[in-house]
Amino acid sequence: MSELVPEPRPKPAVPMKPMSINSNLLGYIGIDTIIEQMRKKTMKTGFDFNIMVVGQSGLGKSTLVNTLFKSQVSRKASSWNREEKIPKTVEIKAIGHVIEEGGVKMKLTVIDTPGFGDQINNENCWEPIEKYINEQYEKFLKEEVNIARKKRIPDTRVHCCLYFISPTGHSLRPLDLEFMKHLSKVVNIIPVIAKADTMTLEEKSEFKQRVRKELEVNGIEFYPQKEFDEDLEDKTENDKIRQESMPFAVVGSDKEYQVNGKRVLGRKTPWGIIEVENLNHCEFALLRDFVIRTHLQDLKEVTHNIHYETYRAKRLNDNGGLPPGEGLLGTVLPPVPATPCPTAE
Amino acid sequence: MLRRGEGCRTVPLAGHVGFDSLPDQLVNKSVSQGFCFNILCVGETGLGKSTLMDTLFNTKFEGEPATHTQPGVQLRSNTYDLQESNVGLKLTIVSTVGFGDQINKEDSYKPIVEFIDAQFEAYLQEELKIRRVLHTYHDSRIHVCLYFIAPTGHSLKSLDLVTMKKLDSKVNIIPIIAKADAISKSELTKFKIKITSELVSNGVQIYQFPTDDESVAEINGTMNAHLPFAVIGSTEELKIGNKMMRARQYPWGTVQVENEAHCDFVKLREMLIRVNMEDLREQTHTRHYELYRRCKLEEMGFKDTDPDSKPFSLQETYEAKRNEFLGELQKKEEEMRQMFVQRVKEKEAELKEAEKELHEKFDRLKKLHQDEKKKLEDKKKSLDDEVNAFKQRKTAAELLQSQGSQAGGSQTLKRDKEKKK
Repeated sequence: MSELVPEPRPKPAVPMKPMSINSNLLGYIGIDTIIEQMRKKTMKTGFDFNIMVVGQSGLGKSTLVNTLFKSQVSRKASSWNREEKIPKTVEIKAIGHVIEEGGVKMKLTVIDTPGFGDQINNENCWEPIEKYINEQYEKFLKEEVNIARKKRIPDTRVHCCLYFISPTGHSLRPLDLEFMKHLSKVVNIIPVIAKADTMTLEEKSEFKQRVRKELEVNGIEFYPQKEFDEDLEDKTENDKIRQESMPFAVVGSDKEYQVNGKRVLGRKTPWGIIEVENLNHCEFALLRDFVIRTHLQDLKEVTHNIHYETYRAKRLNDNGGLPPGEGLLGTVLPPVPATPCPTAE
Repeated sequence: MLRRGEGCRTVPLAGHVGFDSLPDQLVNKSVSQGFCFNILCVGETGLGKSTLMDTLFNTKFEGEPATHTQPGVQLRSNTYDLQESNVGLKLTIVSTVGFGDQINKEDSYKPIVEFIDAQFEAYLQEELKIRRVLHTYHDSRIHVCLYFIAPTGHSLKSLDLVTMKKLDSKVNIIPIIAKADAISKSELTKFKIKITSELVSNGVQIYQFPTDDESVAEINGTMNAHLPFAVIGSTEELKIGNKMMRARQYPWGTVQVENEAHCDFVKLREMLIRVNMEDLREQTHTRHYELYRRCKLEEMGFKDTDPDSKPFSLQETYEAKRNEFLGELQKKEEEMRQMFVQRVKEKEAELKEAEKELHEKFDRLKKLHQDEKKKLEDKKKSLDDEVNAFKQRKTAAELLQSQGSQAGGSQTLKRDKEKKK
C-alpha cells in the first residue's frame, strides 16, 4: 500500500526569523495564527463535494466510486432494486451522503448517469448531462443574486466528472470524443481507463499514449487544464501528471482478500489477486491521491472561479444585451468614484 | 453547522480515504494567495493612534503626526506588506485626521461613514460585474474599527456616542481607552463600567468576541468582560531588569506596555490578531456587507418576490429595470426638448420686440433728420433770399453810385485835366 503523494501539512507556526518586504518587524506579532483560525472555521462549516461518473454501463463506475470513498455510496448500493433494466434515455441520479474523517465532515454527492451510451442511437446523449450541469449553475446563480442571501449557499455544482473509457486497447470512440469536447468547457473532466486489468503493461502504456494524443489533437482540455496553472510549481507538478499519469488506468473493488498476511482490496482471479491499491497493479492509488488528497480543493475552486463565472457571464450577457465587461447594473447605479479613499492633503 | 439534506445518510468509512487533508489544502491555497486585513482607527488627534499601530505590529509605519487645525475630518489610508514565517499579510491602516478638532462637530462622523460605504460599494460593483475576478480582488472593506476613547475618567463624550451609533451597523467596533497611563487603577474600573453602561443604554452594538467554538469560547468570554481595553502604546525600548522591553519612562516609574498588570495591550493584541482575525473578516463579509448590499439593492427597487409572491426571474427583473430606466430617460428627453422649444420661442419673441423697437427708433430718427433737413433747407432758402435781396440792393446801390460818380467823376476828370494843363 505505497502512497505516492505524502499528505500535505502546512508548516508549523513557529516564529522564524521574521522577513519583511516593506517594513522591519521587530518581534513576533502573531499573524501566522490566522492559518489555525481559518482551519478551525472551515472544519466547523464542513465541505460539499459533488462528483459525477459518466460511462457506458458495465464499466465499473459504481464499484470505483465505492472504492474511492471506501463506503457504499453509489446508486446501486442505496437503491432497492439490484437488477435494474437499462433505462431508455440518459437519466441523472444524484445521491448524497455525509462522511466524516479526522473531524472533517464532508457532504459527498455522487451523480450517476445510467443509460449513457447504451442506446442504439446515441446522438446527443450528452445533452441531458450538460443540461443538468447548467441547471446546477443556474440554481447557484439564482441564490447569489437574491437580495437576502443565505449565509452559506448550498453548492450542488458538479466539481468533477470522471469519464470512463472502455479498455479496447485501440483508441477513443467517437462518442467519447464528442462527449469530452462538449463538456470539457463546462466542467472539470478527468478521463479514466476502466477495467484496466484486461490490459498488459505494454498495452496499457501504448493505449494511454494514444488516448493522450487523440485528446490533444481534438483540442480537449481535461483537468488539470494548462491555462489555469497558477505558478511554476503548479505547472511542473501538473505537467508531470498530464503527460505521464493521465488518463489513470484503474481497477475497482470493494471486496477484501488476504495477501501476504494483510487484508487488501482486490479482485480474485484464477491467475492471481489484483491488488487495487498496489501501484504495480493499477493506478487507483494515483487517482485517489490526485482527486482527494491533493486536488480536491483545487477542483472546487476551478469550478467556482472559472466554469461558474463563465456560465454567469454568458447568462448575464444574453440577458441585457449590454456590452461585456460593463457593469450589469452600470446603467442604474451611479458611477463608482475613481479613488476609493479620500487622502488627507 | 453542516445541514443534512433529505435522503442524506451518514455512511461509515471502511478505511482511510484521505479527505481530512481538505482543510490543509484550503489553507495552503489561501496562504499562497495571501491575506488582507483592514483596520480603521477613529479617534481625536493626539490620542496615540499611530503609536498604537506601530506597537501592535512591531514596526515603524511612516507618517507624520497631524496638526489640530484641519478644517474637516479626513481619512488617511496606507497599505503595508507584512510577512511572518510563510504567511503574507496585506495590512491597510486607515486613520482619521482632524477628528474632534472642529468647533462644530455635527458632521464629523460623515466622512467616516462615507468611506466605509465606499469600500462596500466598490466590492458590490465588482460582484455585480458581468466579467468579474472576485478571487483576486483586493478586498478594501474595513474589517475592524478601533475607537479611541479619551482618558477623561468620567464618561463618553457625546461625539463618541453619536459616532459609534452611526458606525455600529456598518463595521465591527472595538472601543479602547487610549493613553491609559493617565488613569489610576481604581478610576479605570469605574470608567470602564460607566462606558459599558452608556453603550448599552444607548443601544450601541460593539463587537463581541465569538463564544460558539469550544476552543476559544473560554478566552473570548473572559475578554468580553474586559472591554473596553485600556491600552498604552510605545515604540521605545528600555532596559528593565535584564530584558529590553517597550515602555514609557516617567520620573515616578516606568509603564511597561506588555505587562498585563499595567495595561490591556497584550489582551488587545491577543484578541485582535491571534484569536479573532478570521472571525472579524467573516463578520464583515457575512453581516455588515450583506446588510449594505441588501439595503442598496432594495433602494434601487429590486425585490426578491413580487406582490403575488412568485419569485422574479433574473432576466425579468433586469429587463424590467432596464425598460423602466430607458422610459425615464425618454421622458426626461421629452421634457428637455419641450423646455428647449419654449425657451427658443421666448427668445424669438424677445428678439422680435427688440427688432420692432429698433425699427421704430430708426423711423423716428429718420423723421427727425428729415425735419431738420427741411428746416435747414428753409433756412438756407431764406438765407439765399436775403443774399439775393442784398445782392440786388448792392447792385442797385452800385449802379446809383456809379451814375453819381460818373457825373462827378467826369467833373473830377475835367478838373484833373485842367490841373494837368
